[in-house]
Amino acid sequence: MAHFFLHTMIGQVILTVLEALAVLVPLLLGVAYLTLAERKVMAAMQLRKGPNVNGPFGVLQAFADAIKMITKETVIPSGANRFLFLFAPFLTFSLAMTAWAVIPTNDGWAIANINVGVLYLLAISSLGVYGVLIAGWASNSKYAFLGGLRAAAQMVSYEVSIGLVIVSVLLAVGSLNLNDIVLAQRHVWFCLPMFPMFIIFFISALAETNRAPFDLPEGESELVAGFFVEYSALAFGLFFLGEYANMFLMSGMVSILFLGGWLPPIGIAPFTWIPGPLWLIAKILFCLFVFIWVRATFPRYRYDQLMRLGWKVFLPLSLVWMVLTAGFLLATGLLPQGGAS
Amino acid sequence: MMTQIVFYVFATVLVLSAGMVVSARNPVHSVLFLILAFFNAAGLFLVAGAEFLAMILVIVYVGAVAVLFLFVVMMLDVRFAQMREGLQRYAPFGAAVGLVLLAELALAFSHWQVAADIASVPHVVAAPGRTNTAALGDVLYTHYVFLFEACGLVLLVAMIGAIVLTLRERPMGRRQNIDRQHERTAADTLAMMTVPLGQGVAANGGFRRPEQSYYIASVPGSYGVTAEPVPQGKPAGAAPADGAPESGHGADNHGGLAQ
Repeated sequence: MAHFFLHTMIGQVILTVLEALAVLVPLLLGVAYLTLAERKVMAAMQLRKGPNVNGPFGVLQAFADAIKMITKETVIPSGANRFLFLFAPFLTFSLAMTAWAVIPTNDGWAIANINVGVLYLLAISSLGVYGVLIAGWASNSKYAFLGGLRAAAQMVSYEVSIGLVIVSVLLAVGSLNLNDIVLAQRHVWFCLPMFPMFIIFFISALAETNRAPFDLPEGESELVAGFFVEYSALAFGLFFLGEYANMFLMSGMVSILFLGGWLPPIGIAPFTWIPGPLWLIAKILFCLFVFIWVRATFPRYRYDQLMRLGWKVFLPLSLVWMVLTAGFLLATGLLPQGGAS
Repeated sequence: MMTQIVFYVFATVLVLSAGMVVSARNPVHSVLFLILAFFNAAGLFLVAGAEFLAMILVIVYVGAVAVLFLFVVMMLDVRFAQMREGLQRYAPFGAAVGLVLLAELALAFSHWQVAADIASVPHVVAAPGRTNTAALGDVLYTHYVFLFEACGLVLLVAMIGAIVLTLRERPMGRRQNIDRQHERTAADTLAMMTVPLGQGVAANGGFRRPEQSYYIASVPGSYGVTAEPVPQGKPAGAAPADGAPESGHGADNHGGLAQ
């Protein structure tokens, strides 16, 4: 059996498909319940009840929404570019799924344990902007177009600071492999020595996923719904799923880069009984809760303030921190000798 | 076998999409084909085992440069009829440029000589066990660090040039001075007053911010400072700063309250 899966070509293909399903099925279920959790948590914060009709505590609400979304009519506006209009939501959704190939859920448990894992994540998340930009352009609508342009400018701006924050982490790790990054945090999670970068990364992740308070691309008070104003039914549903899957992905990146991935907070008995994947899931859920908490708390930024924050605050801060990290590591002789794996 | 199939798939799609970049009618489609071409080039890098270069190609060219291309091209207002009008006039000129380039390329390639023992020419070899990321780092930051720094300086000059070309002061533009915004306190902008019943606030000068807290348009950097003392008792002008002040409080901004 083991020989079939590991040493024959068909076996390897089947194994890869199974591995992908083992990540994607929980992810999609998680996305479905994240939409419910968001409504419930925000309702609790605003002294409402939230969805409570379908099933106990509204647990079936996510499936009711999915069925509604699938059975609705897909409307394609006249003058829209048909192919690109339908291509954009698929792109957004599939990119959000593709990135999960390199996320390690335990020591060595990743579908693809590649040497340049961090760069792969950065590349995939920087592609996310195309779904939004193409959707805005292909809709042939001014609101959608403005939303798409805003999203593009915003995501490109915040990617710069995300990249620099990641460079600071990589300096301390000495490897681009996500597995090595987690293992480097055995003694202390990077969120403690690099606390400012942790905060900058989290805020940039909010901007990168177009979440409140940086949800200007879809600001309903000015752009109706931004880049997906013309979308309906399944195409809209794919955008929706893509956005939430991106939240999962960004939370996963925060957990792996700063919160020690699958590692327990302290490596002693009661903590080490809980298996690694559960720790990772707990950390991802915590980050997602903060995402929702932020949305329920802060008002939306103005666009010039958003750009100022990205370019004039985060970029210089993360650049200075990168130089400081390199200098500190060099001075104390802690600089890891690269290319370990 | 598998590698060869993958190589030919990437190479074919790369060449085809590069062709479509030139021949697509819609410039937005051109840029999208360009992105597809970048992608397949990254795939070729992966096949060659250069995973770092592949990822950097996607991050830099697809994730940043092509986004800006797409940004600009999407905002172009392209009229195809107008483009065809100019075709007759510019076609001979374009053909001439193309011919010259082709001739030069032909000349260059006909005299191109590859050394017979190219494989044995010494070059920087990665130590065994180094990943190609680390090997690239060795080459760039250890062996050729001064050339690398020089490249950085050239890019810096280009950046400064771009900023100098595009940055211009707009005298009428109303910019927000963030520092001044942070310096503002309630005392600057708020005045508590007791309003007699049935008389409104007109007698007290109306609901208006203190004169000093207004922008004066067209005087750069004047936010919060009145450039010249506003004369007393004049009728309200068009600009908000020119309102008739009465003990520091002018008339209502919207003209809702009678003077």
